[in-house]
Amino acid sequence: MKRKVKIIKIDLDKCMGCRACEVACAAFHSNPKYASVNPARSRIQVFRNELKNVFVPVKGSFYTAAECAGRPLYMIGEKMQSGYEYGESVCSFCGAACPSRDLFKEPDSGLPLKCDMCETEPPLDEPMCVKWCLVDALIYEEREEEVEEEVKMEELDMGVQAMVDKYGLEKVLDTVARMTQKEKE
Amino acid sequence: MRYAETGYYLEVDLSTGNIERVESDPQMTEEYLGGLGTNAKLMWDRVPPDTDAFSPDNLLIFSSGLLCSTPAPSANRTILTSISPQNSLFGFSMMGGYWSPELKYAGYDKVIVRGKSPDWVYIWINNDKVEIRDARHLQGKSTYETAEAIRSELKEPRAQVISIGLAGENRVYFASVETHRGSSSRLGLGAVMGDKKLKAIAVRGTKDINIAKPAEFLEECNKVLDYIQYRLNNPIPGVPPILAYIGSPQEMALHDEQWHLDSFAWGHARERRKGFWNKEVEKQWADAMETYKKRLISCYNCPVRCAGIVEVPGYPTYILKCFTKLTYVMAAEVDDLDFGFQILSKAQHYGVDGFTAPQVMAFAIELYENGILTDSDMPGFPKDKKERFHWLLDRIVRREGIGEVLADGVYWAARKIGKGAEAFDHNTIRKHEQVPIKLGLLNPIYYILWSTGEKANITQIEGQIPQMPMEKHIREEFVKDWIQIPTGKEERFKQFILEWGEEGKNFPFWPPPDLIAELVEWQETMHYIDDSFGLCAGVSSFPIKPPYHIHNLPLFMAYGTGIDMDEEKLWNAALRIRNLIRCYNITRGLKREDEKPPQDHWKKRFPEYEQKLMDEYYKYRGWDLRGVPTKETLQKLNLDYVYEDFVKRGIHKEE
Repeated sequence: MKRKVKIIKIDLDKCMGCRACEVACAAFHSNPKYASVNPARSRIQVFRNELKNVFVPVKGSFYTAAECAGRPLYMIGEKMQSGYEYGESVCSFCGAACPSRDLFKEPDSGLPLKCDMCETEPPLDEPMCVKWCLVDALIYEEREEEVEEEVKMEELDMGVQAMVDKYGLEKVLDTVARMTQKEKE
Repeated sequence: MRYAETGYYLEVDLSTGNIERVESDPQMTEEYLGGLGTNAKLMWDRVPPDTDAFSPDNLLIFSSGLLCSTPAPSANRTILTSISPQNSLFGFSMMGGYWSPELKYAGYDKVIVRGKSPDWVYIWINNDKVEIRDARHLQGKSTYETAEAIRSELKEPRAQVISIGLAGENRVYFASVETHRGSSSRLGLGAVMGDKKLKAIAVRGTKDINIAKPAEFLEECNKVLDYIQYRLNNPIPGVPPILAYIGSPQEMALHDEQWHLDSFAWGHARERRKGFWNKEVEKQWADAMETYKKRLISCYNCPVRCAGIVEVPGYPTYILKCFTKLTYVMAAEVDDLDFGFQILSKAQHYGVDGFTAPQVMAFAIELYENGILTDSDMPGFPKDKKERFHWLLDRIVRREGIGEVLADGVYWAARKIGKGAEAFDHNTIRKHEQVPIKLGLLNPIYYILWSTGEKANITQIEGQIPQMPMEKHIREEFVKDWIQIPTGKEERFKQFILEWGEEGKNFPFWPPPDLIAELVEWQETMHYIDDSFGLCAGVSSFPIKPPYHIHNLPLFMAYGTGIDMDEEKLWNAALRIRNLIRCYNITRGLKREDEKPPQDHWKKRFPEYEQKLMDEYYKYRGWDLRGVPTKETLQKLNLDYVYEDFVKRGIHKEE
């Protein structure tokens, strides 16, 4: 089966940390569209350390347990050679399992935020963060890929699975029970 | 629900430690917009004219602008307002960066600080949680070190911090307030912050800012982004490269510095060095910049990249933009840019104004060379030009030795030193050091701008028009897509560009006074709107053909706030703010005699003609011959309360 794959690449040399991507993302995903802005709700976040000359956009995916066991230090691309380190969880926009997922939480509910490539009807030419990045640090690409057919988990299943992975089944069940109780009251 | 703004101020009294979240009056937004405008109203209402800059009753307001935190590109300015310690007038100074958007996301449009803390503190604003925290361990730390230390101790790398360095702590009259990506430098507000023993304000916000008409607002944003892109790719032909783009002059990106180096004055605003700029110098300077500049960066939500991260071996890293790249080099009369990059590291970490500090040091060197200051005043004063600047700067920010006198700026230092030092105070307006420009023939437009600019800073009231007549063959092309002109003025202003430079259509006796007044009013008014909206002048009021102008700005306000707004209403609001600030200064003693450029600003002056120009300009603005807004002007602008106050003070006689 063929599937359209949408990806956003980053050019770390071009990003300068202005956070226009966060503004565009947060505005696009507000409801109604563009009705509010809050970069804390953005599904892209820019790590910026001006004095160390480090600017790295990171995107949010579903929360999963850390594959890398939460390394305290991440090296960034070519900066490794010049000896730059950044003392926070910074990744290369891969979206894979990573402790940085902790960053992408709704500030009110604490629920995870995930980049959806700005899927909307009618579709945008490119995701909002890419459109608003006039310095071309974010680059949008579409390509066709051969994929094996798989049974897709329903959205809710995936969400709940993420919560279970994070907090454990027991805690999630407790919470659901407590909420049910409250509802009845 | 409030739109575009949060509708709340944070009031902090450092004397009592009291912190309050106060709802603001929506009517004020309609009349005074926000940022500078609402700051001015608060100062008028709450800081009486006899209040000293260093009185606990003086407010220090840190304000966002009306459009900050909305998606409007480049709306990120922080507008500080207080009484200036240097000239005791209304002091306002702005900076870009990331601080004021963060403040609004935390739920506040302004932080209003009053009182004085008994010991060093900083304020930590984390959404609804606001604390005054001990900052004794931060005393003596640099502006940048302070910010880093606070982020680290709060374990909040996303907190945005503004801070003062040694200069602010020691109440140097030209101390700045710094954030990594910007400086609020003019008029010494860093000293007021130091006087209140407030070392820094850190803020983290994760709340929403709402937009009244989202789709319409976003469409305007997209248009501005398109125009920014267009202007970045299409410099204005026929003007020097430094003026051809948008942004604050792109001095961290461009190497061609002929405009500043040949036409601005070196030393203590003394000599022009025409011909200094040549291929060899250009190569050396380009090499220096490419070596030390690590990356071009922008402020919050802006693609223009006016600033550069600068790393000079042996000096702490800092971020630089605009003409400050040259001010120290030129004032010290040093020929290499390396020196500029080195001393700027120190200066930004100390937190001093990059326009004033070099002027003060050049002034001291002049006094020394003329025997007015001697080795007994300055024991151990080095011989080398570069070392002298480092030596003076180190002492000024600590108020040590001669630094104690110089820390008050040229005007006060000259009077304290005496022995003829006053004669060397030749580049201040209203006690404030100016950009070092000494020219030949009077420029009538700039004569009015320099004299009457309430900011005492030419770069923050000029803009829109080229600084010299354009070459004949490009004039038609230039006016063709000049969409920025206010409604009703199109023909006049286009005609001005088309005729300027023709036989008999040259400075100083052309254009006619009424056209001069209109051009000045346009330039200035656009800045007052920007400073109230929190928009960067670099994409709006400062450059030629900017993305923001009087036709789209009312839409941004209308769609952003939901307040009914059009060109005329916005223009009048800007005039209201401009007149209110003037009136405030009048209650603090501002007189017509104070409205003049430095005597030697132009070699050829025309006293009678200048007086006539000023009379006509006052008349056009609705001010009497003393420069005081008339009863009619005040009433037309809904400033009746100012008129009543003026009657009480005897400034106006009751009719």
